Amino acid sequence: MVTLEFIYVLMGLLLAGITLVSARDRTNRKRWKNTAFWGMYAVTFLFGSYLPHLASGALVIAMAAVAGIGGLGRGDPDTTSAEERVESARRRKNLLYVPALLVPGLALLGTVTLKKATLNGHPLVDPKQVTVISLGIATLVGLAVALAMLRPAASVPIREARRLMDTVGWAAVLPQMLAALGALFALAGVGKVVSEVVTRWIPLNGPFAAVVVYALGMALFTMLMGNAFAAFPVMTAGIALPLIVGRFHGDPAVVSAIGMLAGFCGTLMTPMAANFNIVPVALLELPDEKAVIRVQVPTALVLLAVNTLLIYFLAFRG
Amino acid sequence: MNWFVLVGVVIVIVGFVLRLNPLLVVTVAGIATGLAGGLDLVAVVAAFGKSFVENRYVAIVWLVLPVIGLLERYGLQERTRELVSRVHAATTGRVLLAYLAVRQVTAALGLTSLGGHAQMVRPLIAPMAEAAAETRHGELPQTVRERIRAYSAATDNVGLFFGEDIFIAIGSILLIRGFLEQNGIVIEPIHLALWAIPTAVAAFLVHGARLVLLDRRLGAQVAAEKEEG
Repeated sequence: MVTLEFIYVLMGLLLAGITLVSARDRTNRKRWKNTAFWGMYAVTFLFGSYLPHLASGALVIAMAAVAGIGGLGRGDPDTTSAEERVESARRRKNLLYVPALLVPGLALLGTVTLKKATLNGHPLVDPKQVTVISLGIATLVGLAVALAMLRPAASVPIREARRLMDTVGWAAVLPQMLAALGALFALAGVGKVVSEVVTRWIPLNGPFAAVVVYALGMALFTMLMGNAFAAFPVMTAGIALPLIVGRFHGDPAVVSAIGMLAGFCGTLMTPMAANFNIVPVALLELPDEKAVIRVQVPTALVLLAVNTLLIYFLAFRG
Repeated sequence: MNWFVLVGVVIVIVGFVLRLNPLLVVTVAGIATGLAGGLDLVAVVAAFGKSFVENRYVAIVWLVLPVIGLLERYGLQERTRELVSRVHAATTGRVLLAYLAVRQVTAALGLTSLGGHAQMVRPLIAPMAEAAAETRHGELPQTVRERIRAYSAATDNVGLFFGEDIFIAIGSILLIRGFLEQNGIVIEPIHLALWAIPTAVAAFLVHGARLVLLDRRLGAQVAAEKEEG
């Protein structure tokens, strides 16, 4: 059965390649820092499932230290010039889209078909991870097609991946690091303390006040944790179930479904949601770290108000 | 009540305000929170390692980089610009509005992997949005370019967040259902998904209106910057 381990090995190999290219890049003054950083990241993928958690933790903290103190460097981009690209685009035309669209297309096909696929009565891929595994397989096929079409030197895909990975830099690891922070928050009981604060100190007399506090609390707590999933159980158990549903008889389906969406408004406004708000800043080479958040804040605030009103008017409709 | 566990939250806020390296801030905040919560240092480091390793699947987005990098090398972005510049009706706002609609609808059908910053926004959507503005306004000042890119990323996020919850088997719907069930309330996923529709419509209207307004503001911004330069 194909499991997530397959994806981890692929990622590990990609990162190992990036590590090698980084080590050989004399144009980067900080090349050994980059080498160490991507090398340790590669180890967490290749051996993370077998290493003791303490060893993985030590690696992770070492990575944060390498990248956080003095930052990573960036070498010579080592790619084609703007003129070469225009010329290549003119010759190859829409063929270039074949691999680019093959990846999402096949990922989609895989998600739909692989779920029930079996081999000798055993599932072919881990049914819980079909989406991720399909994307991995689709990427491999897309790469093979691109290589067959363009016939570059064998090292080119890795060198190009290194170029992009260098533009992302340490932000590539931030989403996983924040997940780890969330786990430590949970272990230490941060959620309980926060819901104590909210429920004990904020007046909740009347259904409207309770709805406002719940929706705002979802957004704020999501901004702190970077993830609405972490905020939802705390705020819903703390405010929504005892008050909005219990005392004021609101519809729990409405309250929880739209409450989650109020949390998503918070996700749009926080650097803690790194994969949505910080990673694209790096990928799109924007100088202002908060550029994406700044654009999202007006949409998020209006939708937060809309969600609050929706909960209030829909939950007590009957 | 152990108030000290909030130390991590404080560190995160202070770190972001002082613009310290987020990777370092988050690591320090995690260690501080663990220690304040009564764990010893070894347990904290192990907890870090455990959840970092368990969450490796989020790094799947990087797997597509060799393909995207390779195609960029051979002119994918340039081809996209060329194609969009031929469509005279295309404006930045309309390109992004169309993407918002596609992203919301596909996410509502559970097809969340069709978009994303690495595989769609950087190679295709942002170049399309930029090219549309170039056709209208000529060479773009860097600040205008950056603004268009930020809007492209934001549109992907808004489309995803306020589309996916209409799909009954998405993670957040399953989480809500599981949580309610633990608390003795049994609700079918379809009822939760249906209540996501009003917000989805509102998101399209609100963000869509901002995209339509963006076209006008871009024109003004380009004119202003050209006057200065």
